[in-house]
Amino acid sequence: MTAVVDKPHLSRAHALDLLKQMIRVRRFEEKCFELYTQEKIRGFLHLYDGEEAIAVGAIPVLEQRDRIVATYREHGQALVRGVSMKAAFAEMYGKQEGCSRGRGGSMHLFDRATNFYGGNAIVGGGLPLSVGLALADHMRGNDVVTACFFGDGAVAEGEFHESLNLAALWGLPLLFVCENNLYAMGTALALSESETDIQRKAACYRIPSEAVDGMDVVAVEAAARRAVHAVRESGKPYFLECRTYRLRAHSMFDAQLYRDKAEIEAWKKRDPIVRFQGWLEANRMIHPDDLARIEAEVAVEIAEAVAFAEAAGWEPVEELTRYVYADRAA
Amino acid sequence: MPSLGADMEAGTLVEWLIKPGDHVKRGDIVAVVETQKGAIEIEIFETGVVEQILVGLDSKVPVGTPLARICTELETKPGAAAAAPPAGPAVLPPAPLRPPPIAARPTPPPPPTAAAGRQRVSPAARRLAEMHGIDLSSVTGSGAAGAITYADIERRIGEVPVTAEKKRAPGLDLDAMRAAIAAAMARSKREIPHYYLAHQVDVTACEQWLARLNATRPPDSRLLLGALGIKAVAGAARRFPSFNGFYREGKFEPGSAVHVGFAIAIRGGGLAAPALHDAEQLSLDELMARMRDLVQRMRAGRIRSSEISDSTITVSSLGERGVEALYGIIYPPQVAIVGFGRVVERPWVVDGAVGPRSVITLTLAADHRVSDGHAGALFLAEIGKLLQEPDKL
Amino acid sequence: MLQQTVRPAIVETTFREAVREAIRDALRRDDRVFLMGEDVGRYGGCYAVSKGLLAEFGPDRIRDTPLSESGFTGAGIGAAMAGMRPIVELMTVNFSLLALDQILNTAATVRHMSGNQFGAPVVIRMATGAGRQLAAQHSHSLEGWYAHIPGIKVLAPATLEDARGMLWTALQDPDPVLIFENVMLYNMTGKLAADAGAVNIDKAAIRRPGSGISLITYGGSLWKTLEAAAQLANENIDAEVIDLRSLRPLDDAAIMASVKKTRRAVIVDEGWRSGSLAAEICARIVEQAFFDLDAPIGRVCSEEVPIPYPRHLEDAAIPQVPRIVAAAKAAVGRA
Repeated sequence: MTAVVDKPHLSRAHALDLLKQMIRVRRFEEKCFELYTQEKIRGFLHLYDGEEAIAVGAIPVLEQRDRIVATYREHGQALVRGVSMKAAFAEMYGKQEGCSRGRGGSMHLFDRATNFYGGNAIVGGGLPLSVGLALADHMRGNDVVTACFFGDGAVAEGEFHESLNLAALWGLPLLFVCENNLYAMGTALALSESETDIQRKAACYRIPSEAVDGMDVVAVEAAARRAVHAVRESGKPYFLECRTYRLRAHSMFDAQLYRDKAEIEAWKKRDPIVRFQGWLEANRMIHPDDLARIEAEVAVEIAEAVAFAEAAGWEPVEELTRYVYADRAA
Repeated sequence: MPSLGADMEAGTLVEWLIKPGDHVKRGDIVAVVETQKGAIEIEIFETGVVEQILVGLDSKVPVGTPLARICTELETKPGAAAAAPPAGPAVLPPAPLRPPPIAARPTPPPPPTAAAGRQRVSPAARRLAEMHGIDLSSVTGSGAAGAITYADIERRIGEVPVTAEKKRAPGLDLDAMRAAIAAAMARSKREIPHYYLAHQVDVTACEQWLARLNATRPPDSRLLLGALGIKAVAGAARRFPSFNGFYREGKFEPGSAVHVGFAIAIRGGGLAAPALHDAEQLSLDELMARMRDLVQRMRAGRIRSSEISDSTITVSSLGERGVEALYGIIYPPQVAIVGFGRVVERPWVVDGAVGPRSVITLTLAADHRVSDGHAGALFLAEIGKLLQEPDKL
Repeated sequence: MLQQTVRPAIVETTFREAVREAIRDALRRDDRVFLMGEDVGRYGGCYAVSKGLLAEFGPDRIRDTPLSESGFTGAGIGAAMAGMRPIVELMTVNFSLLALDQILNTAATVRHMSGNQFGAPVVIRMATGAGRQLAAQHSHSLEGWYAHIPGIKVLAPATLEDARGMLWTALQDPDPVLIFENVMLYNMTGKLAADAGAVNIDKAAIRRPGSGISLITYGGSLWKTLEAAAQLANENIDAEVIDLRSLRPLDDAAIMASVKKTRRAVIVDEGWRSGSLAAEICARIVEQAFFDLDAPIGRVCSEEVPIPYPRHLEDAAIPQVPRIVAAAKAAVGRA
């Protein structure tokens, strides 16, 4: 762990970029919420509000050739990775121009061009997949890191343990990123895990690990740099637990009977955007104009992307059975 | 009312946190809605002034119902207030997107017909045809792609060969008639649960009345006992509708009129029971004339199949052949057949004394799905009663 | 004196050895291929299929896994999505249930769900079937269940040629392929061409042509059905035996051509009767060849019981030659 590696170069430009990325994700999620209440987005919708620092801090550290596996709460990861906002909104609308042809919706954003291996609706379901991606790179000797994002809920699934064990046993270039927001849907971590210090579990599999304040985008970036570097250098897995909180409910239809309003309010004070913005302002690294400009740019991008989704077309019903299997020449 | 979940259809407004005149901005919590999962706070996406609350507390409304009207900042510019109150945009969700209606997927083309030369016959039809000796190659199928169905075979069975007489040389095809009778009788025995009743009726009064009447008439206009019998059956059938009509498709349809089928046998084995339409309204003379006409046409092979299918109840008599009682087989889809045996001189008790009387045995074979012995007994008794007053028939 | 060594054109071999040769051949020809599963390396494979392969190809390509069916099956799927051609060996179909989520929710869905961006060209081999008195938890035949799932292909090799030849074709397929090897077939001996190679994986085969009745079957039941056909021939019933080979997709054309010819069908399927693959085939025959039938379609399936341990009960529970003969005779009206 050299100083060069783990210290993010926090220039004004970089700081503004981090802030904008987080605001961009936040406004995107807010718009999704609004669109859902208007029944433009249907099915299940899981929003990332409060967790932006993790995607924004970690994903830009990865290279284009690296691979990402995520969960059903993956809009932030997808956007930061480079999935176009137009394709993302269109996908949520179910339109053909969506990144998954409209077939997946909110929980199944896929993008080959950015090596984004989905959105997965099965808790823990992406972990074995990420082991396989890393296994392929390991066997081919590729200099590629696979980053697998999952929540504290996945830690209870057998697949979590099987995947950590396999990754460590076979020495795979896999970065496990646990977004611990303290709740698996409606069940608090303390009520589902005998050991709530999640990163300690990695030690049982002899995977180096650390925990980081997931509400601090700079801390996340620094930790991600250390982690990705370790994986790339050693070819072995690394476990990064990001401690965070989701400011909204688990999904749209959730009365949040399982947690205190006071708790939510307390965490709102640690909102990663508010915190970072406040810190930047206090250190005179940004001006009010910067913020206005960022909000305006984001608003325009969102408006254009929503308009794109509204105007986009529906996949013809005749295509329903296409791509169950690969199209083969007759 | 916002949609908050895939299975949310409606919500109940339990708390308003705003009132008309309040300023609201995007992201504010403005109301609380009770749903099946618990109370959920509603946030607003507009910035402006609350103009009007549209839904009251404790109202349960479907998703998409406007809850309040908000004037956005665009409309509260100075100067606009003087104009007629603008209809500020309500918190109205635009009509939910609907994917294009799913056109009915084209039904796959029916599988190719069987190899040339092999007819498409359903298993049920095949079996029925076999039971009735129907030649499949003579049947036109009404099923998918010309397949022969059960109903096609049933129709073929129900057809009486005499109707084809128009296309052929005059005369009956007795073989075809026999086959049709066989089919109908077999079906009757298979499908109709027959029950049987017998009743002895004193017809002395009828005989005496007929003797007095016929004494004054030439032979070809004399009445026969059979006419009296048919009239009596018709009268009784009018009073006991469950013996007059058709049993079809699982239910009984009482006849609107009484058309008595008159069973006529001809030399060579032909048998049919064409209808005497509205028999109970005919006078005995009219009835007798029609009966003569039917017998004549029957021998010439000029009975129409509709005349047979019109019969709502059948009367059969073998009295001239000498049997005392005959138990008939109901001709489907009728539900009863009345049999008349021969007149027999019997010792009978009348007014306490034994004396010779002319007695005839009436029988009833009836469909137990429609009537039971009790009703049958009353029916037969009624016929017997009517035959005691021949002048009133 | 000249001595020439003539390579035999035909070799005497076993089903097991044919599968091994298929794996070896694939490993040699395509360096994307590797075998992964429990005890496939040092142990040589639970059914000795991969014996000797570890020494030949090394631990990277003959990869022993921990007892983590979901983990390593998902890993196989992920490796396939990243460009490899893994052969995942699930020891038996009985344990595959632990990997069902990865097979159904990842492998089968990914192409359609991602809008054709990603596919999973993984081959998953499993042993299946009853007959070794292994009792209820080790005797399932669930290939019919798997054949229910769109997005995967399901194969059942029953002959040496298919054991040898289906694997290569399956590995080249861009979509997930499941291969079910009946446990009772591994020891089966027979003759195989020395240069036997890849075969198609989407067509049924007529193993015994006939004109009196169509006996439709697959996998372990094929040989019992052929034996039944021989017995039926002695009674002048000329049975045609169809080996389905592919359970998904089913070769409808072959099935209907046979039924149109014989007008009678009995399906022999080691799965439990209710909701079985045999039921699916019955439905298809009714849909496509109804007017060619002269008798109800018969099914010979496993009894609706968890497969029991004692020999006589196990034998009574799964399809056997006498039941197949009886069903065929009933169908031709000679019960």
